[in-house]
Amino acid sequence: MRSICFYFQVHQPFRLKTYRFFDMGVDHHYYDEYQNRTIMQRIAKKCYLPANALMLDLIKEHGKDFNVAFSISGLAIEQFERYAPEVLESFKTLAATGNVEFLAETYAHSLASMKSRDEFERQVNLHSKRIQELFGQEPVTFRNTELIYSDDIGEAVADMGYKTILTEGAKHVLGWKSPNFVYRHPVRNDVKLLLKNFRLSDDIAFRFSDQGWGEWPLTADKYTAWLKDIDKEQHVVNLFMDYETFGEHQWADSGIFDFMKAMPGQVLKETGFKFSKPKDIAREIDAVDEIHVPNAISWADEERDLTAWLGNELQDEAFGKLYSIEENVKSCNDDEIMRDWNYLQASDHFYYMCTKWFSDGDVHRYFNPYPSPYEAFINYMNVLSDFMIRVEEKCNPDILDKINKATDEMAETARKKVEGFSEKVKEEASNAKEKAANKARETWDDVKDYSLEDIAKMSNEGVKKLLKKIDTDELAHVMKNAGDEVRNKIIPNLTKTAKTNFEKLEKEIKSVKKSDIKKYTDKIEDELKRFWKKK
Amino acid sequence: MKVLMFGWEFPPHITGGLGTASYGMTKGLLKRGAEILFVVPKAYGDEDQRAVRLINASDIEINVEDTEFLELTKNLTYMEVGSNLIPYLDPEEFRKFSHETKLEKELRKKSVFSRKYKFSGKYGKDLMEEVARYALVGAAIGANNDFDVIHAHDWLAYFAGVAAKKVSGKPLVVHMHATEFDRTGDNVNTIVYDIEKRGMMAADRVMAVSNLTRKIVIDKYGIPPEKVVTVHNAIDPMDKPEVLNVKKVVKEKVVTFLGRITFQKGPEYFVETAHKVLQKDRNVRFVMAGSGDMMNKMILRAAKLKIADRFHFTGFLKGEAVDRMFALSDVFVMPSVSEPFGLVPLEAMRTNVPVIVSKQSGVAEILKHAIKVDFWDVDGTADAIYGLLHYKALSETFKKYGKKEVDDLKWENAAVKIMDVYKDVVGNKENQ
Repeated sequence: MRSICFYFQVHQPFRLKTYRFFDMGVDHHYYDEYQNRTIMQRIAKKCYLPANALMLDLIKEHGKDFNVAFSISGLAIEQFERYAPEVLESFKTLAATGNVEFLAETYAHSLASMKSRDEFERQVNLHSKRIQELFGQEPVTFRNTELIYSDDIGEAVADMGYKTILTEGAKHVLGWKSPNFVYRHPVRNDVKLLLKNFRLSDDIAFRFSDQGWGEWPLTADKYTAWLKDIDKEQHVVNLFMDYETFGEHQWADSGIFDFMKAMPGQVLKETGFKFSKPKDIAREIDAVDEIHVPNAISWADEERDLTAWLGNELQDEAFGKLYSIEENVKSCNDDEIMRDWNYLQASDHFYYMCTKWFSDGDVHRYFNPYPSPYEAFINYMNVLSDFMIRVEEKCNPDILDKINKATDEMAETARKKVEGFSEKVKEEASNAKEKAANKARETWDDVKDYSLEDIAKMSNEGVKKLLKKIDTDELAHVMKNAGDEVRNKIIPNLTKTAKTNFEKLEKEIKSVKKSDIKKYTDKIEDELKRFWKKK
Repeated sequence: MKVLMFGWEFPPHITGGLGTASYGMTKGLLKRGAEILFVVPKAYGDEDQRAVRLINASDIEINVEDTEFLELTKNLTYMEVGSNLIPYLDPEEFRKFSHETKLEKELRKKSVFSRKYKFSGKYGKDLMEEVARYALVGAAIGANNDFDVIHAHDWLAYFAGVAAKKVSGKPLVVHMHATEFDRTGDNVNTIVYDIEKRGMMAADRVMAVSNLTRKIVIDKYGIPPEKVVTVHNAIDPMDKPEVLNVKKVVKEKVVTFLGRITFQKGPEYFVETAHKVLQKDRNVRFVMAGSGDMMNKMILRAAKLKIADRFHFTGFLKGEAVDRMFALSDVFVMPSVSEPFGLVPLEAMRTNVPVIVSKQSGVAEILKHAIKVDFWDVDGTADAIYGLLHYKALSETFKKYGKKEVDDLKWENAAVKIMDVYKDVVGNKENQ
């Protein structure tokens, strides 16, 4: 079987309104309702509705030989629901024919695959669920935003259970190989890759109405002839393009609808090609070889790389800031936060910040609502700043509350403990003091007779007090007979005058009556007793 | 190609962008093989004459007995400085001037039209007489020098250019750096307007510094479009790299306005913008550098908005002080209501300062790496300032691309276009 695989991309971002820095913290609505509605309704009228009608006609006309695939981003679906529900109905009608495959992609048409595996999976699952709800079929083929693909992304997609992936037939990846074969992932051998034939795709998508193009005007005859020329060994021609090609990028008066109406019939009649769904091609056609894609590719620009979305300072700053809050957002469980989180991830916002168009052509400019990447960046960052504030406030309150509560509790317990403890300590201290005093008193009371020798055990402080009560003359007499211990205790504790006096007296006293010593000793010992009793 | 150029000022003795532009242009033309005689009313002797041979009009003698001279004089003396020419006079000078007695006036006129006269070269009370005298000198120079084409800068020099053309028969190119509408809004001085118009009509080609100016020339002066070409001004790369190393002294971010504080420059929008930004972020200082008739009003307004502690006035800056001011700035804003070209943002970019320019300026036509806003869009301007101050990647990107962009806007590139115009008019003349 030889197949032509038509896949059409349907996506519209939620464009931001002019959002000033002073709106931060005040206004949390970021989107330009008017612009989004107007654009959606205009494209619905010019493209989605007539193109869907045409597809339906082609399916009716050619039956099982005409199949197509759509990838409709979650954001486009939301905009259909809000602004053009009739478009969604017409897609449902197409789905009911059985001739249409709906592909899986990131819900937000995001670049999450370049940053966060978690978020990438979340969005793919969310999108898959939404497609099932709407069209009653579970997507089994995957295409990433802007056909972005690398070996790593292929592996992540395979882990999610997809066996077929669409991407760009980039020259620098294919080399001499033709895109008109089925290829496989180098490691996950069961994953098949369908690669865009960019020449034949872009002849329709970009060049159709270009009157400066050598092949203009493009007719069904001419296109069929080109398909006929393709080597018989080559089994598949992948024509991947934006659905907006029909009626929006190429206006109706260019003849694009007439071309699309006539071409399939002629191809079916004159060539061996049928129009097949990606999942059928993957099932029926074997992979001829593996394709290595170490660095991510996309379907954009000459370079087929990611520089339209990421890589300049503005884009990297905005992209980095956005994903820095991923964890907080996810801890949040808040519908509005999640909605904005989705909308702000749309790749379009980063595309508007591309500085490449300063040098290379105005393709970028055409789709850009901003006069320059600088305005795009400022506006996005203002919105993102407000969003980050909200996430911080809203998505941490539980944790914050818990922390606050826990801290309060701990503080309270600690306060109580400290209070109780200090009461106890105070009580104990006061008891101990009393006990000690009593004990001291008792100890001293036990000594029946205070003797001079006891002075040696007293503190200097006590000795000083005691000495004040004692006559120096009498002391000098007593000392004649006192031991060294007592002397050494008393003499240093005398006042200066008393000491001079004492030394003078001691020299004068040559002989002393024993009775005098006894008398004076008794007197001192009495004083000693009084001193201690007083305590 | 030999060019006889008539200007009114030449660096370092300049009051605005005209002198700077004329000087840069002559240097660029020299690189493209032109030989230039540059006439100024008054030369000071310290001008850089590497690119031009400067002719001092004050040195040129005129034969007052000559009948041709008398004829010219009669035609020219009708010009009177009216009260509506205030923009050229500071209030002090105007007061003196309007109190002049009849006798003083007669004497003054007589002096201007004597055999030899020292021009003031300023924009003073004798302006109209000096313009007329300059025309006579132009005729004398035109008769006594060898050149292929005449090039006159702004209306002050137009009559000199026309006179030189008359005596020499050589083609005349007049350069519109600013029109009377740019200078005065709608209070157009009819004499100046008339000189501009007559000069442009007499010229073989009119060069406008921007498409904006070209449109005014065509729409408001009725000059045939095919005669008017746009030659955007340029700027030469920074020759004083040391200013880039000037250390910032304040810890707050600095946002700068630099230019005459007059209606044309939109200073009141800058004050309102400052107010808007400061409501959200007090860590910013705004500087209004320059002087002009609206300065006091701006000081009062800043005080009334209670932002005077964050809004500063420096007075008139020139030369190195300008570069130093830029070196201290984080953002430069030019909210001009009407700006034929606007060289100052280029000077700012040359010093690595991101710029915000009004869409109503000629320079906005050529700049990619600048934020462009409508002059009245206070919200948009405030938002751009906030973005530049808070989102580092933005100012980094501007510095990276802006410096390169402005370094590529060389006068030698603009000179190619001017040379083409010269060749064109010279060729046409020869074919006639």
